[in-house]
Amino acid sequence: MALVTDTPKQRDSGRKVRGSGARNRARNGGPRIGSHIFLLILVIYFVTPIWWLTVASTKDTAGLFGGSGGPLWFDNEFHFFSNVQGLFERQDGIYWRWLGNSFLYAISGGVGATILAVLAGYGFAKYNFRGRTAFFGILLGAVMVPLTALVIPTFVLLSSVGLVNTIWAVILPSLLSPFGVYLMRVFAQEAVPDELLDAARIDGAGEIRTFFQIALPLLRPAIVTVLLLSVVGTWNNFFLPLAVLSDPLLLPVTVGLNGWQALSNAGSGGEALWNLITTGAFISIIPLIIAFLSLQKYWQGGLSLGSLK
Amino acid sequence: MATTTAPTSSHSAEASQQVKHRPDRSYRRRQRWGWLFVAPFALIFLTFLILPLVYAFRMSLFTSTLATGNKFVGADNYVKAFTDPIFLQGLGTVAKFALIMIPAQMIVALVAALVLDNLATWASKFSRLMIFIPYAVPVVIGALMWGFLYSPRFGPASDIFAIFGLAAPEFLAQSNIFGSLVNIVTWQWAGYYMIIIYAALRGIDPGIYEAAVLDGASDRQIATRIKIPMISSSLVMVVIFALIGTLQFFTEPQVLRAVAQGAIPTSYTPNMYAFSLAFSYSQFNYASAISFALGIVVFVFSFFFLFLTRKQSGLK
Repeated sequence: MALVTDTPKQRDSGRKVRGSGARNRARNGGPRIGSHIFLLILVIYFVTPIWWLTVASTKDTAGLFGGSGGPLWFDNEFHFFSNVQGLFERQDGIYWRWLGNSFLYAISGGVGATILAVLAGYGFAKYNFRGRTAFFGILLGAVMVPLTALVIPTFVLLSSVGLVNTIWAVILPSLLSPFGVYLMRVFAQEAVPDELLDAARIDGAGEIRTFFQIALPLLRPAIVTVLLLSVVGTWNNFFLPLAVLSDPLLLPVTVGLNGWQALSNAGSGGEALWNLITTGAFISIIPLIIAFLSLQKYWQGGLSLGSLK
Repeated sequence: MATTTAPTSSHSAEASQQVKHRPDRSYRRRQRWGWLFVAPFALIFLTFLILPLVYAFRMSLFTSTLATGNKFVGADNYVKAFTDPIFLQGLGTVAKFALIMIPAQMIVALVAALVLDNLATWASKFSRLMIFIPYAVPVVIGALMWGFLYSPRFGPASDIFAIFGLAAPEFLAQSNIFGSLVNIVTWQWAGYYMIIIYAALRGIDPGIYEAAVLDGASDRQIATRIKIPMISSSLVMVVIFALIGTLQFFTEPQVLRAVAQGAIPTSYTPNMYAFSLAFSYSQFNYASAISFALGIVVFVFSFFFLFLTRKQSGLK
């Protein structure tokens, strides 16, 4: 699967020319009202649920069921802060603990997976070591192994070494990212010229110093992409923590809120939780949305890296 | 396939390098550094991928009962799995999801990407981000949110349908739950796929369209005859992602189960079935066989799809 993708340089220059081309065409073809209406409909579809959640987080339970503004508009009363206070009171503020756990798992799992992927991707791309072809072949096959198929055996293995129901049961399996390694290899192959590495070696730099001082800065766009993908992957993970954690204090926010929701639906006096679920859900999606908005220029190009050519 | 072609292209590069360096023994010694760079990942790869796979396979060859303890039964669990109506029904369900959900996501993603590629306004930039935003929402939260939106008690559906003078359908009833799940997944992932396709479209040399425009090609012709064929490798990758994700469908139906009372059984998808076998009934051996069987099905389907599309993806 040919590891030839556009080099970042080609892609950039392509984009510049392209931008002006698109602008010219837009000018010739009028303001393209139809396209904009189509986009508007899509935006409404994709944003409405998030808008609903934003509005819902400002309501108390009564407001959620029959507020004056309807489900898609604010109520007369503004309850966001009392809901946040409720999150601090419910079970001694366990929600904030869940949120903290999610951060811990996502950041340690994501950063760890990225470090491993950068090292391995660079190793695969720039060294012709024995067994490389075979290992990389197995790795490509592994990209297609459904990770959920591993959850149950991982649970049994971890429980045999006494790691079930500890933070390691979530963090260690999250370090596995074959796709990240694949992305890094494809990128390193193109973005780090062999001549540059050879020049550094001739100047007397060792392999490790060459990697840190020459290769690492060139790999930055791919590093941000792989980091984002693996942080999102761990932050999203549901099946693994659901299986390996039973201590409520260790749960990530996804599993915790799901438990509250199941509790509220069972109707065991849990009705009052609805406003806490919506507010908790709203707060939990803010960090990633901010991360994506502020890091746009990195991931927008980076996500296309994996394309087979 | 993939595995064999990948190295060839890089090999030629290295072959020339080797010619250059042949007398240089330090060159060959240096290549061993590769293992050092790969080693940390290799360790995790062995511990959390190869080992669980081997272990799951081993477990799936045994049964365990209180009376007899662990007993080797060979392929019995697999015979049982592939004749188990519950597992087969689950496979049928995810196959149906794959047939409907993947085209739905692809059409939304592809059309949105093509439209965005033709525009360079602030509105199009803004739309691109907004369409992508659901990807930043954890799947569980997305499913919880839609559970609220579908609910006749909280949701805006009745208000929205009332505008058109219609009664809102019961999204969470057994007859509608399939479509409701398709909608959640499409909402969650179409934006991500759109970004991948869009990035691929931006990578095409615009000079190609200019020639087509001179020849009098319309926007639609440029899209179907030039753009789509040129990004076919990205499309193949996106479909593979979607296929792998759909066959291991778990989170959305698991979360929605609590809201849609009775509409989603615990064995709705193979993964849910394995989960309940393991954690509600402690049948870890049979659950491993189900997981492994599902893994094989996913693997076979992905390879089959890659084989069918080898021309488009450039794999041979």
